[in-house]
Amino acid sequence: MSSDAAAAPRLAATELSKRFAGVQALRAVQLQAYGGEVMALLGENGAGKSTLLKILAGAHRPDSGTLSIDGERVSFSSPRDAHRAGVRIIYQEPEIIPHVSVAENIYVGALPARGHRFTRAALRARVVADLARYGFTSALDPDALGSELSPAQRQLVEILRALTESVRVIAFDEPTSSLSDTEVEVLFRLIRQLRDEGVAVIYVSHRMNEIFQISDRVTVLRDGALVGTVTTAETDEARLVRMMVGRDLTDMFVRERRPRPTGTPALTVRGLSNDDVHDIDLEVYGGEVLGIAGLVGAGRSELAHAIVGSTPVHAGEILVDGNPVRISGPRDAIRAGIGFAPEERKAQALLMQRSVRDNISLAILDRIRVARVVRRGEERAVAQRYTGQLRIRTPDIEQVVSSLSGGNQQKVVLARWLARRPRVLILDEPTRGVDVGAKAEIYAVINQLTADGIAVIVISSELPEILGLSDRIAVMQGGRVTGELDRSEATEERVLALAMAGDLTTDGATR
Amino acid sequence: MTSTVADQTAEQSEPAPPARPGWPRRLLRAVGVQNISLVIALAVLVAIIGAQNSKFFLVTNIETIGTAVTVVGLLAVVQTVVMLLGGLDISVGSAAGLASVVSAMVFMSTHSAAIGILVALVTGVATGVFNGLVIVYGRVNAVIATLATYAGFRGLANLISNGRAQGYTGTDSTFVFLARGSIAGIPTLIWILVILALAVHLMLRYTDIGRNIYAMGGNATAARLAGINLNRYVVGCYIAAGLVAAVAGVLLTARTGSGQPTSGSQGLELQAITAAALGGVAMQGGKGTITGTILAVVLLGVLQNGLTILNVNSFWQDIAQGFLLVVAVIIQQRRRGLRAVGLP
Ligand SMILES: Nc1ncnc2c1ncn2[C@@H]1O[C@H](COP(=O)(O)OP(=O)(O)OP(=O)(O)O)[C@@H](O)[C@H]1O
Ligand SMILES: [Mg+2]
Repeated sequence: MSSDAAAAPRLAATELSKRFAGVQALRAVQLQAYGGEVMALLGENGAGKSTLLKILAGAHRPDSGTLSIDGERVSFSSPRDAHRAGVRIIYQEPEIIPHVSVAENIYVGALPARGHRFTRAALRARVVADLARYGFTSALDPDALGSELSPAQRQLVEILRALTESVRVIAFDEPTSSLSDTEVEVLFRLIRQLRDEGVAVIYVSHRMNEIFQISDRVTVLRDGALVGTVTTAETDEARLVRMMVGRDLTDMFVRERRPRPTGTPALTVRGLSNDDVHDIDLEVYGGEVLGIAGLVGAGRSELAHAIVGSTPVHAGEILVDGNPVRISGPRDAIRAGIGFAPEERKAQALLMQRSVRDNISLAILDRIRVARVVRRGEERAVAQRYTGQLRIRTPDIEQVVSSLSGGNQQKVVLARWLARRPRVLILDEPTRGVDVGAKAEIYAVINQLTADGIAVIVISSELPEILGLSDRIAVMQGGRVTGELDRSEATEERVLALAMAGDLTTDGATR
Repeated sequence: MTSTVADQTAEQSEPAPPARPGWPRRLLRAVGVQNISLVIALAVLVAIIGAQNSKFFLVTNIETIGTAVTVVGLLAVVQTVVMLLGGLDISVGSAAGLASVVSAMVFMSTHSAAIGILVALVTGVATGVFNGLVIVYGRVNAVIATLATYAGFRGLANLISNGRAQGYTGTDSTFVFLARGSIAGIPTLIWILVILALAVHLMLRYTDIGRNIYAMGGNATAARLAGINLNRYVVGCYIAAGLVAAVAGVLLTARTGSGQPTSGSQGLELQAITAAALGGVAMQGGKGTITGTILAVVLLGVLQNGLTILNVNSFWQDIAQGFLLVVAVIIQQRRRGLRAVGLP
């Protein structure tokens, strides 16, 4: 901690409260962030972390409570006010303008101009200098178009936007959930640099290892109230979890060992190829969890999309329970018994303006209708069951999904497919943005599904999750399956070795 | 199979599922904030007009309003469905004109109202099929596609009619019944609108078809991954739009006594879109109700009628309508409350 840390905090919040219809999101929360320090913000899904950051960003106004910066009272009525005061929030899904260059995206609203003629060359030179200063020269091309950027690069643009004005406080809301390990390293390097320059950094994540790597102090919220603040070096994971959930969680999830199933696989994929994946062979048996590991850009999500026919396939065949099925779109896949919960919840899965109930029942409407009329009672019962089972935090099932916290939205996506109970269930990053306790719930549900004989494919970037959950692990790289490991032989090292097999280019991970 | 999840989490606790909301909240949700503001606006408007001229409240005047809004109302209802899906149909007015001419011309040559109406309806379905196929298989943006057919259908109507009103239906009992008849004391025209609105309302609210329409408009990718056949829904909705436009066209013929290629149907598409938007249907799809649209249709009808009986210049009516559309969309955007695009 820097010397001035002991003095006045850079940012101090006192007694912040915020209520939404039906939910008390924050209850009299106190918070201090110091310059030259990284403070992690931890809490279960719906604990109020994002709400707190949005108040700091001027996007929400608190019902009561005060904010001060360097000892001076401030009150933000818009994000603009917050920017002027040097407070920036990096949201998980930055707004990028698709048809203009990275350089223009970064300086949007503040383009360097002479008179009203803006000079492209000057702009470009400035962006090149910025990239060099923060060590991103190889990660981001200033001339690339917004639409060409990977999630990590989009986030870099958002960060660089923030840094075009002088920042005093910068907050990151779950920045790493769609980043690969190398990209996380780049981000951490930047965070440390900002910290060393005296910026107060607030960091929100559900990944414990990151919290221990990057933070100096941890502030924990539960049910919208402050539980406490501890020094990272003086605590451990178990204690933090106890603060978060208010009870003990016994360590990591371990899936019971089961004999390798025999007979006919529930799903067989033979020679599947398209633009992104090449010559894929896979088998998954009923009652089995097949994990698919690989770096970001290895083609795992693309494989899932190819299996369910949401992207065109050039060659290959798919069999369900040994019977060949013709799949020319997700509709055929679902009819054949293959369900797929995609990775990007907002873009690919959720109806943000509809209720929790509508979202959960979307894939089962054809089962709960009589002469095309949806049986509302049954629909409600299903929605109630899964909101309960997955502990989706919502005042009621009629709440619109957009008002749920990120992790709870993720659980709604899962609930839709759990309710469908297909023969084969493909889950792409099922626990993205989900807190530690809820992860355990989700693993338990997956276990229950396989106990009922359903075949499950889990795609995940978190190795411990893949290793803990899978009976078998297929590792992908460059659109191909580079190897398969039984759980008894799988270790982090071996999975990583396969994930990087033959990958000699250093930027292979950044797609 | 016990995983070593939290000692308590996996097995023990099926946490109490969230309760159903209390009845005041359910009622508010069912009616909707948008609709409440429409009802208030309507009440204010009625009070103002009624205070100026008490003839406004005469049963005959109310019937006048009802029959005057029928054609727009039909198109607004079906426009609502198309907009919920995330599309737009600019060609409904032209399709109505085409159907109007066709019904009159076929009636004149066959002397059968039934055949005239039937052929008109088939024509309407054909316009819808054409729109749908162009949008789905030509991958043409819905606005552009129906803008093209807006001109095309109108051209076709003028072509077959030489640009002139066709035939005379004023003595045929079927057409007269449609235009001026009544059932149980209520004009036929109003019955037609009420039945269509009710049917579409029930379809949207209670069937999986309705749910899927909302889902597609809300998030087409999600809908597709959930197994909804998007193409079928798009084509289906445009066919419905064409069919209802044809019904509107037949009613135009009945009311004016002859087939009208353009007069009478010109501008209907804008009025329909205005009503839907004013009724709270989101331009980006996925949000809106028939109740809202019908309230907006009535509001616009009352406004027009009021301005007429108060002897306000009819050009002002157009201005008032355009103004309302902008206000409605501004309110809608505000209520969405999203972060503005483009930052910061
Ligand atoms: N706009 C809103 N309208 C209604 N309720 C809301 C709104 N935004 C947030 N909430 C509620 O406030 C609570 C806190 O949400 P918040 O997004 O701050 O949680 P979080 O700690 O960020 O969770 P996560 O880890 O899942 O992202 C949740 O119960 C959420 O449902
Ligand atoms: Mg959050």
